[in-house]
Amino acid sequence: MIDIQDLNVTFSTGADLVHAVKNVSCRITAGESFGLVGESGSGKSTVLRALCGLATDWSGRVSIDGEALEPTARRSDSFYKTVQMVFQDPYGSLHPRHTVNRILSEPIAIQGLDKPGPRVEEALEQVGLGHGFRFRFPHQLSGGQRQRVAIARALILKPKILLLDEPTSALDVSVQAEVLNLLMRLREELSLTFVLVSHDLAVVSHICDRIAVMRNGEVVEEVTADELARGEPGQRYTRQLLVASRGYDREAIDQFEDFG
Amino acid sequence: MTDLSTRSPTGLKAWLTNENPESHLQASCGRAYYAWLDFAANRLALLGLIIVGLLVLVAALAPLLATASPIAPDLQSRLLPPSADYWFGTDELGRDIYSRIVYGTRLTLYVVVLVAIIAAPVGLLVGTSAGYFGGWIDKVLMRITDIFLAFPRLILALAFVSALGPGIENAIFAIAITSWPPYARIARAETLTIRRADYIAAIRLQGASAGRVIWGHVVPLCTSSIIVRVTLDMAGIILTAAGLGFLGLGAQPPLPEWGAMISSGRKFLLDQWWLASIPGIAIFVVSLGFNLLGDGLRDVLDPKSGD
Repeated sequence: MIDIQDLNVTFSTGADLVHAVKNVSCRITAGESFGLVGESGSGKSTVLRALCGLATDWSGRVSIDGEALEPTARRSDSFYKTVQMVFQDPYGSLHPRHTVNRILSEPIAIQGLDKPGPRVEEALEQVGLGHGFRFRFPHQLSGGQRQRVAIARALILKPKILLLDEPTSALDVSVQAEVLNLLMRLREELSLTFVLVSHDLAVVSHICDRIAVMRNGEVVEEVTADELARGEPGQRYTRQLLVASRGYDREAIDQFEDFG
Repeated sequence: MTDLSTRSPTGLKAWLTNENPESHLQASCGRAYYAWLDFAANRLALLGLIIVGLLVLVAALAPLLATASPIAPDLQSRLLPPSADYWFGTDELGRDIYSRIVYGTRLTLYVVVLVAIIAAPVGLLVGTSAGYFGGWIDKVLMRITDIFLAFPRLILALAFVSALGPGIENAIFAIAITSWPPYARIARAETLTIRRADYIAAIRLQGASAGRVIWGHVVPLCTSSIIVRVTLDMAGIILTAAGLGFLGLGAQPPLPEWGAMISSGRKFLLDQWWLASIPGIAIFVVSLGFNLLGDGLRDVLDPKSGD
């Protein structure tokens, strides 16, 4: 479904050059749920942004659903109907002056699909928001509700692949669980392929079958969820992330190494 | 004290404050209603709105309100002081100043509205395009803006009017040409903060064209600051128009333009004060009205002051 070979992403040029992603390769099959974890700045979100065309300074071979991608911002219409993204911050990902209805109808209008009304109702239904939310403005919604709207917006073009950029890290813990369960249910119902980016190993291991651990723009290792559940990842760095995800523990933290 | 939360409102107010609106219209009206409550809480802004509303009303009803023709001279009654017959007195050609002021509101409104209609969209278009596309488009558009900004507004307007010839239309055109650059700057600055937002990334990921993103997503967030700025600039536009009229380059006689009235009344200022003072007061009141309105709108519309 997604095939990434030797992906390199850079920002700026000359002396300010930042090599954000270095030689990342991975293959994600249809229906799979793939996780990318790593600390802040490890380049995991950048991989997603390169995939969907928001970062354009990349090299390497990337193909999605058999279609080879070019490092340009503009993609084909079929790309937009195959791949959609959910962003990290639900407070920044919804237009403050648009109603939920407008937010959800716009993709339908852009892609020239029929029956906008029923499609919007259906998408709201899918993410567990009732009819009453349809004409609200984002400021009338809670963080969890906003993220549900963002998920509905990503689903409205009926994509096969959902890119999730830390979809729960801006939400409080109880709402996190709700949104994660919603994502799991949707994945099953709509047989979606997930690429989930998170710094939280617990979240990733909850959702994903296979996990790539990233540090300083490189993939350190790839583990399966089972290996992670048994607590036996190969790399010390991954083990440290695993300890960190179990919550704050002074003894454990004192033994942390700096992998900088 | 009555408990407001338990008393369920009915009728129009309930429709406006409904948490679960049934249509886009209802949602927008509800939003406008809350904005109005904010605005109405500001007494001075209300005063500004009343002044501007009166200006519009007087302009619309000028033939009914005027007691005499604003342009027909009557040499029998030159330079009469304010009286029951001539509320604001008469000028050097015997024309009723009150009627001239009343008809002058039309010219003032004409100038203000036309300048706003020409300058604001131009500034908005240039600024949002420059900010959204960046790169060389940004550089070219902003250097053009800088060139226009480099001249003092009245001087540039003077140059244009002397090139185009005096007259109210040319004055409007000249003022419009000189007043769009600040709007372009504001729109560009706003766009720069918006264009990296996730909601812009999201709509681009749905295949939206640059035109759709700018028009549907960037412009709505810039318009409020532009509206505020235009309203605050109205006073300056009126003064520039009056200044051009005063210099004889704006509205031509016998049009009752307030600046031109001051200019012709200047010769009689010491003995017949009302000739120049009355139009001066009119300009002052209308400018003040627009400024107060602009201040109030800024408090309500500024996207950075809460949501």
